Amino acid sequence: MKSFKNHLSLITALITILFTIQVFIVVERSINAYEENLKNDYSIIVVVNKNLEKKDFLKIDSTIESAEELDPSHVIDSFKDEMKEQNLKLLKLTLPKFYRVRLDHYPTPAEIEKVSKKLLRHPMITRVEDFARNHDVIYKLLLLFKEVSTLFAIAIFAVTTLLILKELRIWQFQHNERMNIMALFGAPLWMRSAVLFRLAIVDAVLASLLVNGIFFLVVQYGWLQTQLKAIGIAVNIYVLPKDPVILSVIAFVLSILLAMLVIAGSKEDS
Amino acid sequence: MDKVIVARDLTLAYNKDETIINKARFSIDSGEFIFITGPSGSGKSTLLKSLYGALGPQHGSLIVGGVEMKDIAAKKLNFLRRHIGIVFQDYKLIKEWTIEKNVMLPLIITGYSKDVSETQVDKLLTHVKLKHQAGKYPQELSGGEQQRVAMARALSHNPILILADEPTGNLDDYSSQVIWNLLEGANTQLKTTVLVVTHHIPEHMSVDYKHFNIEHGSIYEVF
Repeated sequence: MKSFKNHLSLITALITILFTIQVFIVVERSINAYEENLKNDYSIIVVVNKNLEKKDFLKIDSTIESAEELDPSHVIDSFKDEMKEQNLKLLKLTLPKFYRVRLDHYPTPAEIEKVSKKLLRHPMITRVEDFARNHDVIYKLLLLFKEVSTLFAIAIFAVTTLLILKELRIWQFQHNERMNIMALFGAPLWMRSAVLFRLAIVDAVLASLLVNGIFFLVVQYGWLQTQLKAIGIAVNIYVLPKDPVILSVIAFVLSILLAMLVIAGSKEDS
Repeated sequence: MDKVIVARDLTLAYNKDETIINKARFSIDSGEFIFITGPSGSGKSTLLKSLYGALGPQHGSLIVGGVEMKDIAAKKLNFLRRHIGIVFQDYKLIKEWTIEKNVMLPLIITGYSKDVSETQVDKLLTHVKLKHQAGKYPQELSGGEQQRVAMARALSHNPILILADEPTGNLDDYSSQVIWNLLEGANTQLKTTVLVVTHHIPEHMSVDYKHFNIEHGSIYEVF
């Protein structure tokens, strides 16, 4: 019971920190997945007089990832009833080429404008449709998500710092007396600090085991993933072995740092 | 006889303006039993702190166990402290540790083997009549019992010097007598040098002792 009480304060703080960090990771992944969806959905339509190769488009701007020719047959088919076969053939020959140009990331409005201008400067390109108005609304929404996510990160940092400082005071209070008593009998610094480091390592192991266990169960249960899928976001909430490694390293670094700060701040009673 | 403590023009102060002990000269031989008395705030505990290295001399020289205490290096101080047993008025036991482990502390620090340490702790706890309490924690014991644990801890590593700061200050008459008996026993049987800071010297001491008094920053022997 006594030992459990000694561990509880740090374990609670560590669990809070690790849990918040993992939630932040999931939020970041969701935003990235959403951005990827937007990128895949977004394209610029380009009208060209003659055939252009993919490499010609890639030369125009470095952000252009791909360019595919659109099949004009459904446009021609829509005139089937109104035009003669011969005219349709002529139309097919004179009809300009349409290309769907995709970019390697979801662009900002300024980037769209820049790419459009560059495309229009090409002698073969007669028209560019960048759907800028629609894009602008969606882009602002993404920007809002990103800003909220950044604010969330700052809040995590602030809470983490406060928790560490609070924990530091508790640890200093709890361990200074013991370290002083050990010093009175000639214990070297490493021996006085050994208990502290042992406690820190045990707490880091317990906290990371608990948080990893919780997220493992969340993935197994699948409720959160179902909710995210419902809004079109397919994201891994808990990636093995990357996430448990990140959480364990953070837990270890934080608790060892805490122990070192306590040792550095401990003063021998005089 | 070997000198355990030698002070030459020893000046102790917490800051430049306030000198606690001024140019004191005294020496203590190995195996002596010493009482240091003086009014409150006279510098008794300050002198004791300087003897275990918690406060360095501002001027002069203080040699404890052959080691100069002025500007002593941490490593050297740790080594010296492994040959000193300290008893405080407020016991200074580690609350998170059992009685047995508290008594074992100096043995762990000195590097005794587990078997030797356990045998020594067993012997000492029997000596202070607390063997049956070995698995308990300090706060589960009375003040007198806690001070007996502190005494057992101070004796566990066979120190050359025991320093006691008001060791009976918080105890009733019976517990005080037990502590005095233990200090006398360490001095007579183990030939350990004992230095006790106290307000009152007990009336019925069975050992020969020297008495130093501190007043107005000076230390002098009382005959």
